Amino acid sequence: MTAFNPHGTSLNHGILSVLVQNRPGVLARVASLFARRGYNIFSLAVAPAEDETQSRITIVVDLESAPLEQMVKQLFKLVDVVKISELDPRRSIERELLLATVRADTGQRSEIVELVKIFEAKILAVGSDAVTVSLEGHPDKLDDFEELLDSYAIVELQRTGRVALPKLDRAARLRAVNPNQKGKVS
Amino acid sequence: MSTASTRMTGAQALIKALEMEQVDTIFGLPGGCILPAYDPLLESSIRHVLVRHEQGAGHMAEGYAHVTGRPGVAMVTSGPAATNLVTPLMDAYMDSIPMVGITGQVGTSAIGSDAFQECDTVGITRSCTKHNELVMTPDDIPLAVRQAFHLATTGRPGPVLLDLPKDVLQNEMTWHWPTDDEVAGSLPGYRPTMKGHPRMIKEAARMILAAERPVLYVGGGMLKARAAEILRELAEMTGINVVTTLMARGVFPDDHELCLGMPGMHGTIAATTAMQRADLLIALGARFDDRITGRLDAFAPDAKIIHVDIDPAEQGKVRRPDVPIVGDCRLVTEEIVQAIRDLTASGIEQADITAWKSRVSGWQEIFPLTYDEASPGAGLKPQYCLEELRAASTDETILVSGVGQHQMWASLHWKFNQPYSWVNSGGLGTMGFSIPAAIGAKAGRPDATVWAVDGDGCFQMTAQELVTATVERIPVKVALLNNSYLGMVRQWQEMFYDERYSEVYLSTETPDYVKWAESMGCVGIRVESPEEVGPAIEKANSINDRSVVVEFRTDSEEKVFPMVPAGVSNDEVLVHPSQEQFRAQLG
Repeated sequence: MTAFNPHGTSLNHGILSVLVQNRPGVLARVASLFARRGYNIFSLAVAPAEDETQSRITIVVDLESAPLEQMVKQLFKLVDVVKISELDPRRSIERELLLATVRADTGQRSEIVELVKIFEAKILAVGSDAVTVSLEGHPDKLDDFEELLDSYAIVELQRTGRVALPKLDRAARLRAVNPNQKGKVS
Repeated sequence: MSTASTRMTGAQALIKALEMEQVDTIFGLPGGCILPAYDPLLESSIRHVLVRHEQGAGHMAEGYAHVTGRPGVAMVTSGPAATNLVTPLMDAYMDSIPMVGITGQVGTSAIGSDAFQECDTVGITRSCTKHNELVMTPDDIPLAVRQAFHLATTGRPGPVLLDLPKDVLQNEMTWHWPTDDEVAGSLPGYRPTMKGHPRMIKEAARMILAAERPVLYVGGGMLKARAAEILRELAEMTGINVVTTLMARGVFPDDHELCLGMPGMHGTIAATTAMQRADLLIALGARFDDRITGRLDAFAPDAKIIHVDIDPAEQGKVRRPDVPIVGDCRLVTEEIVQAIRDLTASGIEQADITAWKSRVSGWQEIFPLTYDEASPGAGLKPQYCLEELRAASTDETILVSGVGQHQMWASLHWKFNQPYSWVNSGGLGTMGFSIPAAIGAKAGRPDATVWAVDGDGCFQMTAQELVTATVERIPVKVALLNNSYLGMVRQWQEMFYDERYSEVYLSTETPDYVKWAESMGCVGIRVESPEEVGPAIEKANSINDRSVVVEFRTDSEEKVFPMVPAGVSNDEVLVHPSQEQFRAQLG
């Protein structure tokens, strides 16, 4: 078994972003649906979404256990599930990820670029009135970044929640590199 | 309605909310944590039927829902009562029966402490309900009730459970009855698709007109959608044969010339074989259950599939459809009928299906349902008993079955000409379903004659509810086919386990069903010879002030035919031994 990068690009997994009503037991509903239907989950992260009455669950699923289409349709039968997006598998690192779309006119954009530089964050997309930024790293660092971003209008915010793997020694890390993964696995 | 300032307890709000939802009957049994809810019930217009076991309450709610189309309500206490409700909830979930379960729960401060009669009801029932909710404050009760009824009855119907802690029932709240918009707004992720996709509808209509060997494969979803009329119109305008699954019996009249009856493991040869040889299956509210398809990779190999279902997850779950249509079965069938009219009006003609239909009617003629005459001195033939019972009944008679051989015989040998005249446990296959479900059906349709057909194995699981029937004055009639065995298991052991009978013999004389029936306040009649069958049925039908149990002593060795053995292709169906010589005609 090779080490698995939950946001990696291997072909046997898919990533679902599931917007749910933020209510007691909703995670249990999702988890028990996967268990009952025999769908395997590689990783799962939950955090409140931009609307505090809702949460986003990012689930990395095993496509060998069932077709993604069935998983999506069965998930959508849960009354608490509001929206499901299939995300393209993409490169990421472990720990935690923050994605935020911030409303920004041309004047504010440079302030946000400055913020991004300080935090060693990234600008993923620039629109006419908004930018989408990302920051990977320790959750504490993400908290600080989010707090500063909050002085601008956050349109959408998604944090993956903590995803952690034990540290490996150098030899083990080399062994763990999956030759099928196109992205870095730093 | 009431002003916003009306104060009441959570329990009063619960009963009031149920009244607002037009509930006329609750099947239930009180206990510690649900006690507060039973107090305002004394002043309520709602009838409460006191059951003898909580499982009975659940199945009664199902039977009620089956025949009325309105959600059945079962109310029980926490812990063991809630777990006793699990079987009916799962049964309702599998068969998409609208039902609302209400359970008591220990006080909110005691939850999680392993208190007396505490169990994790919402956890336990999560995978056997469409939705469930632990209500944590009395103010939430009216919305929770409205949501529950909305969810249970719309989209793909199903059971919804509300778990109500004792203090939530006892504490006061301010009454507020949520509006439709508030209910919809509280369920942002719940928007069942009702209308079909226009392009798919048109494509379906085109395929129906082009098909040379089409079959209408009709499932229970058509009953749920109340689509019997439009189905008949579709069938008659196209002349396409109809098969009705176990859950759909009655949605299309058995005496209609286009009706082929039930397909599948114990289906008629004509129905099963027509599906196998079809070039188009028009699946309406059906879910390609393994009891229908047999070995999946050999099922209907040449057929294109139009699949109409309100549940998107049914599309492609088992068999990939060529034309998937998500929507309400009645609306979509109406749209298909209109699309066919439009195409016909534009000059497109339907393909000639006369050759196909003569093949189908050939199978009907060569392979009718049949069984051997009873040998003198041997047990009665169960099929004969059912045919006699049907002959003494009307189309309006409601037949409620348990699970096993008797269920298959009932589905095969009864002529269903009315929708909602057949109640059974299809998906879950719950033995013991029929007695409580029949009582629930009778409570929902007091005008109708309700016959339960049951086996001796099933009867012994839930017969005590006949006490409920007597005390609550809900008289039902029971045709008990006593073959002294767990008959279907016995059939499998005879056919597939070299007649090695393991733990299937019950007993012929014990219990004494007549005495048992009498002790429960019913009339008990034992029938042992063919001459007694007709008079016993006549007597049972003449008694309407109490329940009647007619015990038919039937032949233990009688088997259900046709039969497709589990995991085998439908092409390898076992016909009745007397028809084996005609096998070649199945091609």
